[in-house]
Amino acid sequence: MNLWRKPLDLQDIKVARGEIHIIKDLCKGCGFCVEYCPKDVLEISEEFNTKGYHPPYIKNPDECVECHLCEMLCPEFAIYVTLKEDNNVVKSASEEGGQ
Amino acid sequence: MKTDPKGVLVGSHYLSGNHACAEGALSAGCRFLSVYPIMPALEVSERFLARAKEVGATFIQMEDEISTLAAVLGASWTGKKSMTVTSGPGLSLMMENLGLGVMLETPCVIVDIQSVGPGLGLPNRPSQGDMMQARWGSHGDYEIIALAPSSPQEMFDFTIKAFNLSEHYRVPVAVMSDEYVAHLKEKVVIPPANKIEIEPRRYYEGPKDSYLPFKRDEDLVPRMVDIGEGYKFHVTGLTHDDRGYPIMNEECQEYNVHPLVWKIRNYVDNIIEVQEVHVEDAEVIIISYGATSRAALKAMEQARNSGIKVGSLKLDTVWPFPEKRVAELAKKVKAFAVPEMNFGQIVLEVERCSYGNANVFFVHHGEKGVENTDNILSAVKQAAQQNSVKDGIIECE
Amino acid sequence: METLKTKKMKEVHPMEDVLRMNRIPHIWCPGCGIGLAVTAFAAALEKAKIDLNKVAIVSGIGCTGRVAGYIKLDSFHTTHGRAIAFATGIKVANPDLKVVVFSGDGDLISIGGNHFIHAARRNIDMLVVCVNNFIYAMTGGQVAPTTPLAAYATTCPFGSVEPPINIPYLADSSGAVYVARWTTLHIRRLTNSFIEALDKKGFSVVEVISPCPQYYSRINRLGDGLDMMKFYHDNTEIRHGEDTKNLDIGFQGKIIMGKFIDRERPSYTERFD
Repeated sequence: MNLWRKPLDLQDIKVARGEIHIIKDLCKGCGFCVEYCPKDVLEISEEFNTKGYHPPYIKNPDECVECHLCEMLCPEFAIYVTLKEDNNVVKSASEEGGQ
Repeated sequence: MKTDPKGVLVGSHYLSGNHACAEGALSAGCRFLSVYPIMPALEVSERFLARAKEVGATFIQMEDEISTLAAVLGASWTGKKSMTVTSGPGLSLMMENLGLGVMLETPCVIVDIQSVGPGLGLPNRPSQGDMMQARWGSHGDYEIIALAPSSPQEMFDFTIKAFNLSEHYRVPVAVMSDEYVAHLKEKVVIPPANKIEIEPRRYYEGPKDSYLPFKRDEDLVPRMVDIGEGYKFHVTGLTHDDRGYPIMNEECQEYNVHPLVWKIRNYVDNIIEVQEVHVEDAEVIIISYGATSRAALKAMEQARNSGIKVGSLKLDTVWPFPEKRVAELAKKVKAFAVPEMNFGQIVLEVERCSYGNANVFFVHHGEKGVENTDNILSAVKQAAQQNSVKDGIIECE
Repeated sequence: METLKTKKMKEVHPMEDVLRMNRIPHIWCPGCGIGLAVTAFAAALEKAKIDLNKVAIVSGIGCTGRVAGYIKLDSFHTTHGRAIAFATGIKVANPDLKVVVFSGDGDLISIGGNHFIHAARRNIDMLVVCVNNFIYAMTGGQVAPTTPLAAYATTCPFGSVEPPINIPYLADSSGAVYVARWTTLHIRRLTNSFIEALDKKGFSVVEVISPCPQYYSRINRLGDGLDMMKFYHDNTEIRHGEDTKNLDIGFQGKIIMGKFIDRERPSYTERFD
């Protein structure tokens, strides 16, 4: 059941889109970013970085809403998010707001 | 560079050693004093505090001597000349941060008014029991500079000299006074500010982004900058490279710590000052420092009057020890007599530096009073009669 | 996926203005929370309206003691426990500077406990960030003054027999003007707390509860850093203004967080002038 009210000005709202940058060599594979991404954008990859950890990879690049939580929750300063200039992707509220 | 006239109380004064020390600090441009109350050193802070407002100096009484020296080191990095005053037990607590001061190459002055130990000891009687602690008390390899004043005038002069040396060599400098000199009142002449030479801080002058906190000049001393100037430097008490970043290996230990020693050892001739009286024809030389040298000079006169050729070598600089001069003299004289208000500390150095060329007599001084010359005289007489060189230190009663 | 080689050189982390990126990767273990405390602090430095040239950061010894080396400010790595004393000297000698002490619970509360109390009493204008991981981690997991009762450590193999200290209560009763506690999971609130505390005149304390996967969690079988973060998610409660008496942390017990104290007192330098 969707408890979210549909905003009346939905057509005017543009959801920010982010681009995630991963500095793989800094990653120590703690998994915080993967666990706490609200949009499940990231996942631990199979590949190894130079230190032998598994850095995350971007599974769903289009889902990122530029919330910067992965950047803030990275203890290694290995991930950051920039605003995607191309802001065409707008989804309906039900898709967008669902938890 | 001439000193700031604001802190200089020009004129001829009747001052105790402690007050002269405070005046010396203010004259040298010291603008930060951090203390923990301890007898017999607290008059320095009282005098300093009484004059602090008029010269724009800052003062803080910390919660213990450990934090006292830590605060002094922090304050020194803001560009203020900084000092602390303490006595035996306080010096023991400061040893940890003395090591940090050496490692961070932070100019600061520690005035130690020595009183009798060990433990709580006799806090109101003079002693010279901290001499070895000042040199070796902190762990690891390092060199520091220690001066030993013997009068209120010297308390004034040596405090200024201590600041100059600490700024020049970027090392903590200890003024090893004692309770006797600290509470002795004598005439102290304070010259006008334009007669007081002070050593300016060795600041880095160059582009901000290429500053390296531990890049050494030719004389192995690195350049400093103040906090808050935008250099964004890092310094650490760990073994570090030029950038001040910790590097954990033996090569860096050598690269980092050896210059700490050599920046002093290479320049001992510039640092060391001694006062020699009648050494040219002397058979016996009394080597003394601090308050003891007052009795030593008197004993020398008395011995000369009774026909013994005695000279005096007063060590103004105790650390680094004037090895070369003592070794030279050892070849010329029969014996050294070393009166000390302890159970033998600097006498060990004298014995080492005489390389078996002269007898070394240790005089346990001070029990009959600091100015009493009986023990020194009897040692001198005994030394003059001895014709062969004996091994080790000869104890005198 | 881009390959490492092509991407590596181009990556510039947005926090490089306040971090020494040439020192990173840092020394902390995978899953350690100290990096998160630093991230929050770096974000706060960028957001707070202060002149970064006028900020000095001082650390003591320990895992958290290494923080000063990673933050691009005038930074000092000093003796064990003496960071607050060193910072006091800086602040008193030059009141124009903003001073931050960033250190661990063992450094600030055990060996440096006296300096902590007296700097709070004097109300020296500084921000003290105390990263609390409940253990001495750099030396290999010894019991700390914050180790909860009955928790294991290498020096208490049968469980700690010493009741732990309540850091906000200590700070409050000593006279701190700002006291807050957050876990590393509550990163945005922690960042906001840092910003508030940087603005505050006086002795401010922010306690950061942080996972130590390598020692505290391993010895006590609590899983890795992520498990600790999940534990924080389930077992924390925000109670702003809570009486600091009630903030004891039991072994795997509920952690109460929030901003507990925010008051005004004249600072040492204000009184001195």
